[in-house]
Amino acid sequence: MTIKIVHYINQFFGQKGGEEAANLPIELVNGPVGPGAALQAALAGKGEIVKTIICGDSYFNENEGVACMGIREILADIKPDLLVAGPAFNAGRYGMACGKVGEVAHGLGIATISGMYNENPGYELYKNYSYMVPTSNSAAGMRQALPAMAKLITAWAEKEGKLGTPEEEGYMPRGLRVNVFSEERGAKRAVNMLISKLAGESFKTEYEMPVFDRVEPQPPVIDLSKATIALVTSGGVVPKGNPDRIESSSASKFGEYSIAGLQTLTCESHETAHGGYDPVACNQDPNRVLPVDVLRDMEREGKIGKLHDLYYSTVGNGTSVANAKAYGHAIAMHLLNAGVSAAILTST
Amino acid sequence: MKLEIGNIHVKALEFGQNTALSAGTVQIDQQELVGFIRELDHRIASVALDIARPGDKTRIMPVKDVIEPRCKVEGQGCMFPGRNPGDEAMVGEGRTHVLKGMAVVTTGKVVGFQEGIIDMSGPGAEYTPFSQTLNLVITCEVDDTCNQYDHEAILRKVGIETANLIGQLAKTATADDSRTYETKPLLEQAAQYPNLPKVGYVYMLQSQGLLHDTYLYGVDVKTILPTLLYPTEVMDGAIMSGNCVSACDKNPSIVHQNSPVIHELYEHHGTKYNFMGVIVTNENVTLADKERSSNYVAKLAVQMGLDAVIISEEGFGNPDADLVMNCRKLEDAGIKTVLLTDEYAGQNGESQSLADSTPKGDAVVTNGNANQVVHLPAMDKVIGHDTYANVIAGGWDGSLHADGSITAEIQVITGSTNELGYHNLTSIAG
Repeated sequence: MTIKIVHYINQFFGQKGGEEAANLPIELVNGPVGPGAALQAALAGKGEIVKTIICGDSYFNENEGVACMGIREILADIKPDLLVAGPAFNAGRYGMACGKVGEVAHGLGIATISGMYNENPGYELYKNYSYMVPTSNSAAGMRQALPAMAKLITAWAEKEGKLGTPEEEGYMPRGLRVNVFSEERGAKRAVNMLISKLAGESFKTEYEMPVFDRVEPQPPVIDLSKATIALVTSGGVVPKGNPDRIESSSASKFGEYSIAGLQTLTCESHETAHGGYDPVACNQDPNRVLPVDVLRDMEREGKIGKLHDLYYSTVGNGTSVANAKAYGHAIAMHLLNAGVSAAILTST
Repeated sequence: MKLEIGNIHVKALEFGQNTALSAGTVQIDQQELVGFIRELDHRIASVALDIARPGDKTRIMPVKDVIEPRCKVEGQGCMFPGRNPGDEAMVGEGRTHVLKGMAVVTTGKVVGFQEGIIDMSGPGAEYTPFSQTLNLVITCEVDDTCNQYDHEAILRKVGIETANLIGQLAKTATADDSRTYETKPLLEQAAQYPNLPKVGYVYMLQSQGLLHDTYLYGVDVKTILPTLLYPTEVMDGAIMSGNCVSACDKNPSIVHQNSPVIHELYEHHGTKYNFMGVIVTNENVTLADKERSSNYVAKLAVQMGLDAVIISEEGFGNPDADLVMNCRKLEDAGIKTVLLTDEYAGQNGESQSLADSTPKGDAVVTNGNANQVVHLPAMDKVIGHDTYANVIAGGWDGSLHADGSITAEIQVITGSTNELGYHNLTSIAG
């Protein structure tokens, strides 16, 4: 079987010119161009480059939204089995473009195989979305890069997209965790690892412990009586009925809700969407997780200046750290823009 | 303690005129069993029985617990001891018969958000070990006087009592195969293999509370201090599930009965190491409890003279902190550790996987990324209620499609990322 490939290359490898042609908009050409011809030959019938997308590096990076939209349309129209991008070596703008088109293809459920130097910023930024073969830092390495990419493309085709590990297949780690079924069950693997560790023999952990970000605390609020305080929770408190359908686990979003004029939360007005803790106590009295009642008291007593009119809520349960970080960032921007002085974060 | 486990291989499970075991066939009198279950609690509103066999186009959900029918043949005590007055005898000694290859599965309206799915065929079946057992499924509903805690307690009782009742069929049967497991009192055990390293098992049990509970001899483990067990005690049901944690990594009672780390540790007991025993501990929610319990675990391990341990977790997120504390404190005490966990790395696997971390955790076995999305095709038959696919942990609004198929994270599948290493799923860097 021959897989259908679309190849993305820049103006230089598309034979349009050097820096003077870097503003070239997207051009779609039939068949392989430039390195594509050698790549197609190396694939020996396993894959056919049906179209080549040529785009100037400056154009892509300066018009990323438009360029991505165009490439998305092309890919959706052609429906290739695979997108190949580059190789980009250590060309920064080219590497960024190759990485970004990989992300676009990923959004359409299309896999991407690329090649670049391991210090190209396109690798660090977009490694989640593509299988990238390591290359040398300049186009002088083309003779090594193309056979390596052809080998990976062939393996991808033969294994119907189910590639093995980076070490086995020769691509750079994508920073992803991939599920596979093991020959032996977990308990047996644990005992074997224990035996190796006891004997002082080498063993390979199946998961390298993560290194966490440490967030420096902000300076203290000098005068609380003039401060606007916001409430933010990962305890899942939402208006009754969960209008945004925040998931009970692995939340895909956070919600922004008004508490303007509300003196307290009640079992009629609010509930929790969280599936990771017993919801009964929170549902009886949602102030237990989102303490609106106490903050209103403090507002009346003049201990705080004001309780912010909006609160932010998501579900921490099973939500990946990457998503949680993105929500935290977005919520912080909302609070900053609204002139909030400090936020109370409640968790469960 | 010395326990002989005799397995009676169940080859067929049928409904019939009477309840009996004959030539590997377990026959159930439906009417009689429904009557027995209804008598267990006056708040039970309805009971229905079904049989789900490997390969059937059947989906069971939401699954509360899975239990293996067993009975004591010799030795004191009863299965799942400590629940009722008079059942306080210690277990784990003598002879126990097992109806191997079948299980009792409880379902009904959802108790918490965290009940699971068992598909008997199709792609979902690969992710659950319970697609391979002949399942007697009890769909039990309770009346509206019950709150969630009552509901959980009733379903727990229904599952355990039914398994115990059916287990009685094995009492006089001849076992197809037998195996003896023995761990001696500490001093004798240490003396038996004086030249081998001493290893133990730190068995973390879910105890975050209120629908997240586990019972040890009938005692809610959030109220215990870490304590010692002979490994054979769990084979007689010393540990019982009462929790509604995410389906993928909660331990149904059958997993405790066949506790995988214990069985695998016995494989090299006396050759590679000396398996001294089990420390059971909890996963309570307060920092003080976490510190106290992990301090206590390290103390017990030192007191037992252990050189190395395997630590298994139940659940994720909050209990990651207990796992990491146990690891750090044991390693600091000079005891080598291997950890068993699972991962929440995001649907594409792009995130870091644990909520806590220690550089001492250099030997980790992972049982898979629970956030991976899977499509489960429609089945011919659904036992229970598939509408809960939209709310259970790992599903979302829209997980259940109009044609009856389900798209959700494997978090919804019972036992898919079991952290006692009961199943074969793992994650690799890709």
